[in-house]
Amino acid sequence: MITIENVSQSYDAEVVVDRVSASIGPGLTSIIGPNGAGKSTLLGLIARLQPLQSGRVTVGGLDVTTTASKQLARTLAILRQENQVSLRLRVRELVTFGRFPHTGGHPTAHDRELVEAALERLDLASLADRYLDQLSGGQRQRAFIAMVLAQDTDYVLLDEPLNNLDMKHSVAMMQLMRTLVDEDGKTVVVVMHDINFASSYSDSLLALKRGALVAHGGPEEIMDTEVLESVYDMRIPIHEVDGKRLGLYFGSPQAARQA
Amino acid sequence: MPELLDHTPSGVSSRLSPEARFARWAGGLGAATALAIAVFLSWNLLGSLSFALTLRGTRLGAIVLCAVAISVSTLAFQTVTANRILTPSIMGMDALYSLLQTVMVFSLGATAWITTPEPARFVVELALMVGFSLLLYRWMFTSKPGALHLMLLVGIVLATLFRGVTALLGKLLEPSEYTQLQDLSFASFNRVDPTLLAVAALIIAVAVFLLWRLRHSLDVMALGRDTAVSLGVDHRRVTTAVLALSAVLVGTSTALVGPITFFGLLVVSLAYQLVPGAGHGRLVIISALLGTLVLVAGQFVVEQLAGNSTTLSVVVEFAGGIVFILLLLKGALK
Ligand SMILES: Nc1ncnc2c1ncn2[C@@H]1O[C@H](COP(=O)(O)OP(=O)(O)OP(=O)(O)O)[C@@H](O)[C@H]1O
Ligand SMILES: [Mg+2]
Repeated sequence: MITIENVSQSYDAEVVVDRVSASIGPGLTSIIGPNGAGKSTLLGLIARLQPLQSGRVTVGGLDVTTTASKQLARTLAILRQENQVSLRLRVRELVTFGRFPHTGGHPTAHDRELVEAALERLDLASLADRYLDQLSGGQRQRAFIAMVLAQDTDYVLLDEPLNNLDMKHSVAMMQLMRTLVDEDGKTVVVVMHDINFASSYSDSLLALKRGALVAHGGPEEIMDTEVLESVYDMRIPIHEVDGKRLGLYFGSPQAARQA
Repeated sequence: MPELLDHTPSGVSSRLSPEARFARWAGGLGAATALAIAVFLSWNLLGSLSFALTLRGTRLGAIVLCAVAISVSTLAFQTVTANRILTPSIMGMDALYSLLQTVMVFSLGATAWITTPEPARFVVELALMVGFSLLLYRWMFTSKPGALHLMLLVGIVLATLFRGVTALLGKLLEPSEYTQLQDLSFASFNRVDPTLLAVAALIIAVAVFLLWRLRHSLDVMALGRDTAVSLGVDHRRVTTAVLALSAVLVGTSTALVGPITFFGLLVVSLAYQLVPGAGHGRLVIISALLGTLVLVAGQFVVEQLAGNSTTLSVVVEFAGGIVFILLLLKGALK
């Protein structure tokens, strides 16, 4: 369980996270909201990448402000929205860094097995010896996710994991997240833009707008034209297809103009 | 020696694995350094053997210590400051050391300061150096990383300021005190005090050992601040430790042989070219060997072949300065 109590964050005078309180997990939770809503900032605060200006966050009972960073690294892993590395690294070396919190830089045979498993899970086995700068955008994205998985933590936070991924790999990624939740019992939090992807796979959704939490509930509650309008300021008709509620936000040009 | 043309840093498939590459370069540089040291010590020895060897041995000791101190501190400094252009010297650390020394002479009087036992004086100077460096630089590098060009500007302004104040205080000193100060702060490879050398060796050994122990954390720091924090590395603590150790290493090396601004940049840039993708453990070894080789061979050429017609620092600064400009241009063109 991740608890967020009255968390606010501002840059200069601009409030980018505005008194957010929520309990997240267990299961798969998606954070949705327009660009600049504060999704990445909130995720970074949960993962203690920025110090909290006000409020309190606990992850699995550990207060992120007071718990030793090393212990948190064995509890929680995060993928940032942007990832570049100035070092020249091979994929396998990058993924091995995920074991650092457990090994301090001396991986054992067991750690190497976990690294291979993470590579396998992200369909990277054949690319493991490539340098990162020799990968396509989507392959690189998967390499960073493999590093996060190799960290093998109970809590996994991913900021736009579907970035750069094709449809097949996007679906595989969401299925992988379900596996992490259903079989490994992990709590997974993802930031996503595609509401249909988010609602199809998530147990709950959390919507941010201008830093404030505007909606939090199951897919059936959030996939509602009124609720989505309050988040995105656009009308999104909801259609039920094969028992799934889908938002048709990419309708005809006329529909877009009416909105 | 491995062939110079062998490295293909951005080639699709370098033929050598990083391990094999490291082994080749470490072996080659190790052998070349050993050879350079042997030649340096034995070339054209005249007169009393033991006297000449002691003299050269002391000089060699200073060169090796300075090479290792500057190479290793620059490597670690660049990692925690997340760039390949700034170095402790460029940020004005050696100028700060000279300033502190001048301030001590100015406030205590040259005689009082110089008659203080060497090790005690040295420890006081280094303590001040670490304190002031942390005060000045820590905020710059532990908060969100700022723009590189701003940092560079700040460094150049600081270094100029330190040199200016040092020069001003020097002018205010009595001429006799000023001469004594000059002896203190512009020691060159040719006049090294053996006591100072022993103290410096101890300090540098301890500082390099501490940096060596941080090598795995430094590898993680090279992945960027966010990833490092997320992997449980205390970014602030490691940055502070590296800044403090760099201050110690730069201070010690400056006390031994005076400031050399671009040497660290030269060596570390080369090391990254030779073993791309190596971790800090390997980089520390390669840059220390490379630094020693460059300084020992350079000093030999200046002393024996060029007949002392130029000084080593001029040559090293010239080469290092060119590398600095190339790196800046490369960064700007990206
Ligand atoms: N370092 C910073 N300094 C100043 N403002 C910032 C900083 N980082 C983010 N912001 C601002 O905070 C707000 C929230 O940013 P954040 O990255 O959390 O948005 P987001 O919801 O993740 O958006 P996106 O969907 O585009 O990724 C934005 O308005 C952004 O301009
Ligand atoms: Mg974002």
